[in-house]
Amino acid sequence: MTTSKQPIIDIQDLVTYYGSRKVLDGINLKIFPGETLTILGRSGCGKSTLLRHIIGLSKPTGGRIFIKAQDITTLSEEDMLPIRRKIGMLFQGGALFNSMTVGDNVALPLREHTELEDSTIKIMTRMKLDQVGLAGFEDFLPSQLSGGMKKRAALARAIAMDPDILFCDEPSAGLDPIVAVGIDNLILKLKKAFRMTIVIVTHELESVYLIADRVALLDEGKIIALGTVDELKNSDNPKVQQFFRRIPDPEKIDKDSYLKSLIGETDE
Amino acid sequence: MSQMEMKRYITQTFGSVGRQFLMYMTHVGRMVKLTKDALYWIVVAPFRGKGGIRWQSTVQQMIYIGYNSIPIVATICFFVGLIMAMQAAYQLERFGASIYVADLVGVSMTRELGPLLTAIIVAGRSGSAIAAEIGTMKVNEEIDALRTMGFNPIWFLVVPRFLALLIVLPCLSLMADVLGILGGFFLAIANLHISFIRYFNQTADALVMKDLLTGLVKTFFFATIISQVGAYQGFIVKGGAEGVGKSTTASVVTSIFLIIIADLVMTMIFYSTL
Repeated sequence: MTTSKQPIIDIQDLVTYYGSRKVLDGINLKIFPGETLTILGRSGCGKSTLLRHIIGLSKPTGGRIFIKAQDITTLSEEDMLPIRRKIGMLFQGGALFNSMTVGDNVALPLREHTELEDSTIKIMTRMKLDQVGLAGFEDFLPSQLSGGMKKRAALARAIAMDPDILFCDEPSAGLDPIVAVGIDNLILKLKKAFRMTIVIVTHELESVYLIADRVALLDEGKIIALGTVDELKNSDNPKVQQFFRRIPDPEKIDKDSYLKSLIGETDE
Repeated sequence: MSQMEMKRYITQTFGSVGRQFLMYMTHVGRMVKLTKDALYWIVVAPFRGKGGIRWQSTVQQMIYIGYNSIPIVATICFFVGLIMAMQAAYQLERFGASIYVADLVGVSMTRELGPLLTAIIVAGRSGSAIAAEIGTMKVNEEIDALRTMGFNPIWFLVVPRFLALLIVLPCLSLMADVLGILGGFFLAIANLHISFIRYFNQTADALVMKDLLTGLVKTFFFATIISQVGAYQGFIVKGGAEGVGKSTTASVVTSIFLIIIADLVMTMIFYSTL
């Protein structure tokens, strides 16, 4: 990975609060064109929030995010449009439009954002569905698909506009291991075929080993480690080791506070 | 109760009333903002070349909201016309003025009950559907998906429903007027032995254009209320299925309340003798 290139996404000093709780605490991260970066972290460490900020779904409290050298934290919804059209996002639950068929879901961005003929759009839709292994499923409704198929259909929709950057929020969450590895392979295939920049939020180590060029490990709103999988595995940071060796948190045994919690008194 | 407790109780009561009021006002403010945005996407945006109106989706909504509620609106309004005629006949017969049933049913149907009943039925039927649909989409991250795909959710979801209601509600109300009058007419022929021609002429004489027009003007405001309250309640859904349920209920209650208030205000403006 050549780091001399201009970053495609550049996050600087990102800070976010939920009420008075600090969710993200000074995130600095550069993502380079063509690389696959996984943002790894425990549940609730702020990784989904970070992703929502990068795609501009919510505005951070402080800091700046540059996508292709444009600061998206200052852009209005309308000025975001050109950037959003070159971004694909795979949501955790797929987020397919349930009232539309799979084919219409994939065709929607093409219909609304391009001037293409209907027949062309139909062919492109079939191609995208074919790429994710769902050829022939255009006329199915999302409710008629299994979880893994929904994810694949959602992936087809995310790449419908041939995006430069693909974001995936927990692509293998809630799927059985075989289907999950299928999705990972699909992402790998897309990466090779389209040279997309891919940002994946996950906590599945298996898929990290398989697809990540670099890993950013997030803990309590901070990036505590950044590098290749091997670099992180050999890190001497205990929190990184805990994650990669899957060591559970030490159980805290404190009789007094346990009793207090049982009778509804809290320490703080 | 000691004086201290009394004092605290009073402050708490006023405090909570004030908080509730402020909360409602913020909701109202946001709803007004939503309406303004929706109007922008209907009136201004198409002429600036920012995404026209999604007619296909609008027609679909017109079918869901309008065409599919024809049977229920027609039945209810027919029976209300009939009931009104029965009650009026009971009073008017004593003065030998049964023929004035035609005036009463005709005027109150066109001015008031036609638009109002239609709006209430549609609020219960379609306002709730709008809230539930948008709310479920919110829960499933579909609204987020729309935004990341570069679609404005107001343009994509609210405008077609708003537009559909603006077109469909006046039509439904007109139908309701006719069916209500027919209900009265049915009773007059069956029970009061008034001839078709006489009843028709009496109704035609009683009605003036203003009755019909004010009724129709109301429907545009009702359409705005139903669509915007429904959409707003959908957008603010939090949590899963329970949140959708709560918002759906709130949308119906709020729209019916606002419809009645709007009706009161408009009737005062149109017909107040003050």
